[in-house]
Amino acid sequence: MALAPPITDIETLKAHPALGRLLESNAAAVQSVKFDRDELTIWIDKGFIREACAILRDHPDCPFNYLADLTCVDWYPSEPRFEVVYHLLSIPKKERVRLKARLDGSSAAIESVTSVWPSANHYEREVFDLFGVRFTGHPNLKRIMMPDDWEGHPLRKDYPVEGYR
Amino acid sequence: MPPVPASLAEPGQDNTLVLNMGPQHPSTHGVLRLVLEIDGETIVKLKPEIGYLHTGIEKTCEAKFYQQVVPLTDRIDYLCPLTNNLTYCLAVEKLLGLEIPPKAQWMRVLMNELTRINSHLVWLGTHAMDLGAMTVFLYCFREREDVLRFFEMVSGQRMMTSYFRIGGLALEPPLGFFEKVKKFADRFPGNVDEYEGLLTGNPIFLMRTKGVAHLSAEDAIALGACGPTLRASGVDIDLRRDDPYTGYENFKFKVPVSDGCDVFARYVCRVQELRESIGIVQQALAGMPEGPVKADAPKVVLPDREKMKTQMEALIYHFKIITEGFSVPAGEVYQAVESPRGEMGYYIVSDGTAKPYRVHMRSACFANLQTLATMCEGRLLADVVAAIGSIDIVLRN
Repeated sequence: MALAPPITDIETLKAHPALGRLLESNAAAVQSVKFDRDELTIWIDKGFIREACAILRDHPDCPFNYLADLTCVDWYPSEPRFEVVYHLLSIPKKERVRLKARLDGSSAAIESVTSVWPSANHYEREVFDLFGVRFTGHPNLKRIMMPDDWEGHPLRKDYPVEGYR
Repeated sequence: MPPVPASLAEPGQDNTLVLNMGPQHPSTHGVLRLVLEIDGETIVKLKPEIGYLHTGIEKTCEAKFYQQVVPLTDRIDYLCPLTNNLTYCLAVEKLLGLEIPPKAQWMRVLMNELTRINSHLVWLGTHAMDLGAMTVFLYCFREREDVLRFFEMVSGQRMMTSYFRIGGLALEPPLGFFEKVKKFADRFPGNVDEYEGLLTGNPIFLMRTKGVAHLSAEDAIALGACGPTLRASGVDIDLRRDDPYTGYENFKFKVPVSDGCDVFARYVCRVQELRESIGIVQQALAGMPEGPVKADAPKVVLPDREKMKTQMEALIYHFKIITEGFSVPAGEVYQAVESPRGEMGYYIVSDGTAKPYRVHMRSACFANLQTLATMCEGRLLADVVAAIGSIDIVLRN
C-alpha cells in the first residue's frame, strides 16, 4: 500500500490546463492546490467561483464543458465550515478537475453557477436542502429531497443521524 | 350542449391547466411526480418533483465502518447493485492505494456487464410496455431471470448482491458458474434479435419514438445528461473506454453513438450496448485468469474461514476488522464508472478514521431527470411517457 505524498506546490502543477488558465486570468483568486491520488483540487476564492467555472468551460484547448457533480462537505466545528465541491469534466479531452470554495458557517452563501451550466440547478437545490448553503442568483432555490416544511438540514454534522426526536 | 361560459372563451385568456402526474403513475417507474401545465394536449411547462424515495443513505454512511457501507450501496439502485458496489469499492481502494488481483478484476468486469444486461432488459421490457408492446416485457424478463440466477449463484442473493468487497470479491465463483454463463452468452445474441424483431421495424413503435423528445447535443451537455441519453445525442463518451477502471483497457468493444437525438436513438444505443456487453462477457470468460480473488492486505480484507480457525494471526485481524474497522488515510477521491444509466460517481472524503467523513453519490438518474423538461415542453402529453421511459430512471438517493 504505497501512496505517493500529495503535491501542493503551485509551480509544479502549472502544466495542468485548468490551473494554468485560472492563474492567467486571476492568480489572486487561486488559494491553494493539491494533486493527490491522480486528482487535482483547486481552492478558489468564493467570490470568483462563477467566473472560474465560466473561464474553464470556455477554455480554448481543453474546455471543461460538463459539470459532473456539485456537492458540499461540512467541517463542523472548524471554520470555515463548508466546502462546496465542483467536479468538472472535459468531454473532448477526458480531463477532470475539482474546484472547491470555502464558506463560513455564519454566512453560508455562494454565487450560483446555473448561468454557466443549467444542470447545476438540481445539485444546488440538493446542497441547499441538505446543508443549508444558499446560492445567490439561483432561479428556484427550494427544497428538493425533504418535504417543504422540514426543519433543519440533515447532512450537517450537528444534525443527529436518527433525526431530531 | 350548453354554451361555453364567456370567461373561458375570451381571447387572450390563459387557457392552461395544471395537471398532476404521479407519484403513483404506472409509467414513472418508482415514485416520481410531474407537475404538468398543459394547453389542451400540449405541454407548456413540466416540473419534476422528486424526493419521495430519499432515504438518507449518505447520512447513514457517515455512521458506518467502510466495509459496512457496501450493502447500503446495493440499495441505491435495485437494477444495478453490482455497479454501485464496484464504484464504492474502487473509490475506497483508491483511497487506500490497494492493488486488486487480476482474477478479481476480470470477475468484476464480467459481473458488471451482466448487471448492464439485467438493467437494460428491465428498461427495454418496461419501456416497450409503456408504449403498448406487452410481449417484449415477457421475453426480456425471461432472460433477466437467467442473469438473476447468476447473481444468486455467486452471492446467494438475486438483487441485493454485495458481491464486490473492498479488496476484491466476497467469494470464489462456484463450480459450474462459468459454463452456465458461457451457455447464456452463446444464446443471448439470438434473444436480442427476437426483441429487435418485435420492435425495431414495428410501425407503431416507430411512430411513438421517432422524432419524439428531441434533445440536442448542446442541450444534453449543458443539462448534464449522461450515459446512453448523452450518446444518443451524438456525444461520444464512455468512461469504460475513456477512463478505464478495473481492467476495462484489456477488452475490445465499440461504443454505440447515434445522432438521432430522439427516443428511438436512445433505444438503438441501448440495444446495441446489449450486444457489446455480451461480447465483453465472452472475452472475460475466454481470458479469465487464475489466482486469488482477494487482495493480500490482511488489515483490510477479511481472512479465509479456514485460516481463521487455524491461525491466531488471522483470528486477530478478523476480530479487529469486525470490531474497529480499518482506518483509511486522509484524503478525498471521486471515482466515476459507466453504469447502465450513465456516469455513476462516488465522492468519498476520509479524515483518517475507520468511518467515511462524507460519502456523496452522484447518480445518473438525478442528472438525466433535468433533461425531461427540455424534451417534453411543446410536445404532446402522450410523449411524456415515452420520454420518461427513454431516460431510464430509477429513483433513489
